[in-house]
Amino acid sequence: MLHLILFLFFGAICVAGSINLLVQRHPIDSALSLVVVMASLAAEYLLLGAEFVAAIQVIVYAGAIMVLFIFTIMLLNAGAEERTKGSRVASVLGIPGLVIGAVLVAWTLLHRANAETVSIGALPGTPHDIAWLLFHDFLLPFEVTSVLILIAILGAVVLASRPEAVARRHHDPETTKAAPELVGAGKER
Amino acid sequence: MVPLTYYLLLSGILFACGVLGFLIKRNIITIFMSIELMLNGVNLSFVAFAAHWHALSGQIFVFFVMVVAAAEAAVGLAIIIAVYRTRETLNVDQVNLLKL
Repeated sequence: MLHLILFLFFGAICVAGSINLLVQRHPIDSALSLVVVMASLAAEYLLLGAEFVAAIQVIVYAGAIMVLFIFTIMLLNAGAEERTKGSRVASVLGIPGLVIGAVLVAWTLLHRANAETVSIGALPGTPHDIAWLLFHDFLLPFEVTSVLILIAILGAVVLASRPEAVARRHHDPETTKAAPELVGAGKER
Repeated sequence: MVPLTYYLLLSGILFACGVLGFLIKRNIITIFMSIELMLNGVNLSFVAFAAHWHALSGQIFVFFVMVVAAAEAAVGLAIIIAVYRTRETLNVDQVNLLKL
């Protein structure tokens, strides 16, 4: 009973945050409501017994990724979005398709619902077990993700550096004036 | 005891909110946040199924999804900065040409 109450409480916060994300017009408000969604999802993970996932949800998602988002919003000085008509394909096909899909999924889930329940703290895994899985059975995917992260870092630096700084540095290599700017541009983001 | 269905419904609601935001929002950063919302909904269903089947590898998949989301956020926000530098707008309706 306590589990159900806690689940409904955090689930309601979660849904309210995601609806608030859609309603708000300023991106910073949307970002803060996304933080609320992620924090309440971490609580849901804790209820399931996935402490490790809850911890990295807070650290990586609500911490690192949202800081990136908020940093970009501040950097670009993003204001409230303008309401425009939007694409016709999205309103004609997308939203009815979304509604139909959501109704189908909900109907299937509720129709086939049986006594399968999840008790509080159902997951057996301690961080020790997770580390064992991660560094033995999933060692190759784990190493591949490190390559992915490296490529992402390089791509982000290349994409976000100022193009004129790169061009100037290529055109007259003897002037070292452009180099600190490039380094600064890289450090900036 | 909470039925597994409730967890899956919550995850479906989150995913649907993400898709809806992707369709109706016009700010490119908010669209990006909707994608993160969709990934979060999928993560919740992963963890719920992992708890239901007592299979720990579901949590490993959540870990990988988070890694990919972090990489995607870094590259995507860099692309957003590059787009803003050339177009000086964040409205996706005005970003409709590949080349200026």
